[in-house]
Amino acid sequence: MFGKAQPLPNYDPKSDTGGVADFLTTRLETMVSWARSNSLWPLPFATACCGIEFMSVVSSHYDLSRFGAEVVRFSPRQADLLIVAGTITDKLAPVLRRVYDQMPEPKWVISMGVCASSGGFYRAYHVTQGIDEIIPVDVYVPGCPPTPEELMYGIFALQKKIRSGEKSRDSRSARAAGATAGVTAAPPGQPERVS
Amino acid sequence: MTVAEIATLSAPAEKVRSRLAGTAFGSRVEIRDLDLPTLEVSPADWPGLARHLRDDPQSGFDLFLDLAGVDNLKRRGTTTRFEAVVHLLALSRTEHLRVKVLLPDAESPKLPSVADIWPAANWFEREAYDLFGFDFPGHPNLRRLLCHDAFVGHALRKDYAPGQRWFCAEEDMRMPAWAMQPEEAGHFETQTLSVGPSHPATHGIIHLVARLDAEKIIRAETQIGYLHRCFEKMSETHTWNQVIPFTDRLNYVSAMINGVGFVRVVEKMLGVEIPDRGVLVRTILSEFSRIMDHCVCIGANLVDIGALTNFWYLYQPREGIYGLLEACCGARLTVSYVRVGGLAIDVPDDFVARCQALLESIPKFLDDVDRLVTNNRIVRNRLQGTGVVSREQAIAWGMTGPMLRSSGVPYDVRRAHPYDFYDRFDWDVPVAQDGDNFARYLVRMEEMRQSLKIIRQALEIFPEKGPVNSSDWHVTLPPKDAVYHDMESLIYHFKLIMEGIRVPAGERYEWIEGANGELGFYAISTGGGGPYRLKVRPPCFPNMAAFEKIIVGGTISDAIATLGMLNIIAGELDR
Repeated sequence: MFGKAQPLPNYDPKSDTGGVADFLTTRLETMVSWARSNSLWPLPFATACCGIEFMSVVSSHYDLSRFGAEVVRFSPRQADLLIVAGTITDKLAPVLRRVYDQMPEPKWVISMGVCASSGGFYRAYHVTQGIDEIIPVDVYVPGCPPTPEELMYGIFALQKKIRSGEKSRDSRSARAAGATAGVTAAPPGQPERVS
Repeated sequence: MTVAEIATLSAPAEKVRSRLAGTAFGSRVEIRDLDLPTLEVSPADWPGLARHLRDDPQSGFDLFLDLAGVDNLKRRGTTTRFEAVVHLLALSRTEHLRVKVLLPDAESPKLPSVADIWPAANWFEREAYDLFGFDFPGHPNLRRLLCHDAFVGHALRKDYAPGQRWFCAEEDMRMPAWAMQPEEAGHFETQTLSVGPSHPATHGIIHLVARLDAEKIIRAETQIGYLHRCFEKMSETHTWNQVIPFTDRLNYVSAMINGVGFVRVVEKMLGVEIPDRGVLVRTILSEFSRIMDHCVCIGANLVDIGALTNFWYLYQPREGIYGLLEACCGARLTVSYVRVGGLAIDVPDDFVARCQALLESIPKFLDDVDRLVTNNRIVRNRLQGTGVVSREQAIAWGMTGPMLRSSGVPYDVRRAHPYDFYDRFDWDVPVAQDGDNFARYLVRMEEMRQSLKIIRQALEIFPEKGPVNSSDWHVTLPPKDAVYHDMESLIYHFKLIMEGIRVPAGERYEWIEGANGELGFYAISTGGGGPYRLKVRPPCFPNMAAFEKIIVGGTISDAIATLGMLNIIAGELDR
């Protein structure tokens, strides 16, 4: 995307006042998605053990801010990445849906840990068997809980998806983006799984 | 036999019998000599007996520990289908007592509430109402506690399928009835504030509904159960060793301690002894876990009151301890390291060196935080004099652990009932008298230092070599090499993996000092490979139950500081 300027054929070094000008050729979408991928504002919906590992990821040792996703916001209105860290129970499911609905678009969801992804080993009367019963998920991160490296890899996978121009799994925003860009949204397939 | 009849009993049961023999309950209460002295009583006699047990100066059972419902549908040798099993503690003598209320009516089990005698019983009774359908006439607020309001049936009954879910919509989420009624305070209308369930200060997922008169909280109610992961039902469908990963996820901040607490019950029921090396590994890692737990409690609370830096300082020792745990068992947080009869695997060769390195590095972080925080004007203003719990209140609300000790009661299970090698170590029980948030902070800081002291002494007597597991192959897995070359070992291995450990029929309550207080496990076995019923006594459950009473009269900002210092862990609270 970025390039280094080559001297023009009729380049006059005497008139050069301040070094070689750098330039950039890109499409607007690429530029925007590059910027978006490196400025994710996560909302940690931390309910359980995974929340503690999320704390490790944003703490000094692992330091997520190196990868442009550390501005943790607890208000859904200010976040564009929902990290669901922990078991979601049936009692909490409506709350999660409400929080998700309150996030502005475009928005992405990372399901951290097996409980959020599939209910984990809680095949039980009060546990939602995966948050994709309620909200669309972009990246699943396995582990119980995932190590900080795994969650970071999940965030990289999401950044890669955003940079490649892939639309969020959020169906409404995908439809809306498709309508404005004059193209139809691709049919939703199986979301990417990170291992 | 009833209390009035004379029989040979063990010394503790005999004491209970002699105290009751002359009273009105002498002929109406049955006594059994189990692991704890056990009284059996009918629902009609229960409130009277409860009042007697609390008020009689000789009995003095002032702390209500736990109420466990039991469904005897598939258990032989019992007279009634339902029973409510209550565990009590007399703090002055640190004596435990079990009372079983036998409920004769299988259709609509009913027993009078004792929430007016021990306020701590309030939430435990709500829980039994929710999960077993016990009715408690006289209870002030008998609503579901853990399951959502659209739930049908009672999940811990034996005829309830473990996987039966019920859909809960947003309309089903209920506020307390009083929160919907407007209320006047003088000339002004009060306002009702709803904090949570998703809120950064709720440490996990808790819903606080508070009624405010200007800035003052005049009434509050907390709603929990948003992380009710059905621990007790799940343990009924798994074998004894398979329960260990579930226990890790109770108090996931100090997972090791839960595992140790759970396997102790099973080991006591089996009568199996663990080699010293295995016991010491458990002790050392438990004390490190306690440090981790207190680090997160203090660090997170300081974040809530606006001191972010200390969180990073306190998180660094955690990462060091994570490294040690990872070297031992491969997991950082949810370790699943203990097994019934020992440990999953032996510790690495450099275990002692790693522990020594941590012992050297951790005090520096504690001192840094101490210097930054302890005499910090803002911290003192926020913590001193807020969230005050008097000694009497702490006992009535069933608090244990740092919460009880910061209200001036020096009850620590490691000192009162020394298990493992705690009686061999030289350490102190930190106690504070003020009962406010600052006292809780000081007690926790000092407990971390005492834990380091215990670890130092444990490392001195740590055997360099030797087994960590019991060699009883009915309990622990035989070495892999023997399994491959020896028919008998293969059979043991197969039976243990496929059927689980055969624990003799019976029941037992065992308790240890968790990071938050007395962590008890009440297990019932019917001789199968897994628990018939497993009830955990979560130490932060009574603390949280008291929260709505502690914060009344203060402001919301005080409530946030108090909530952090209660150190509620949602996994343990909601199970």
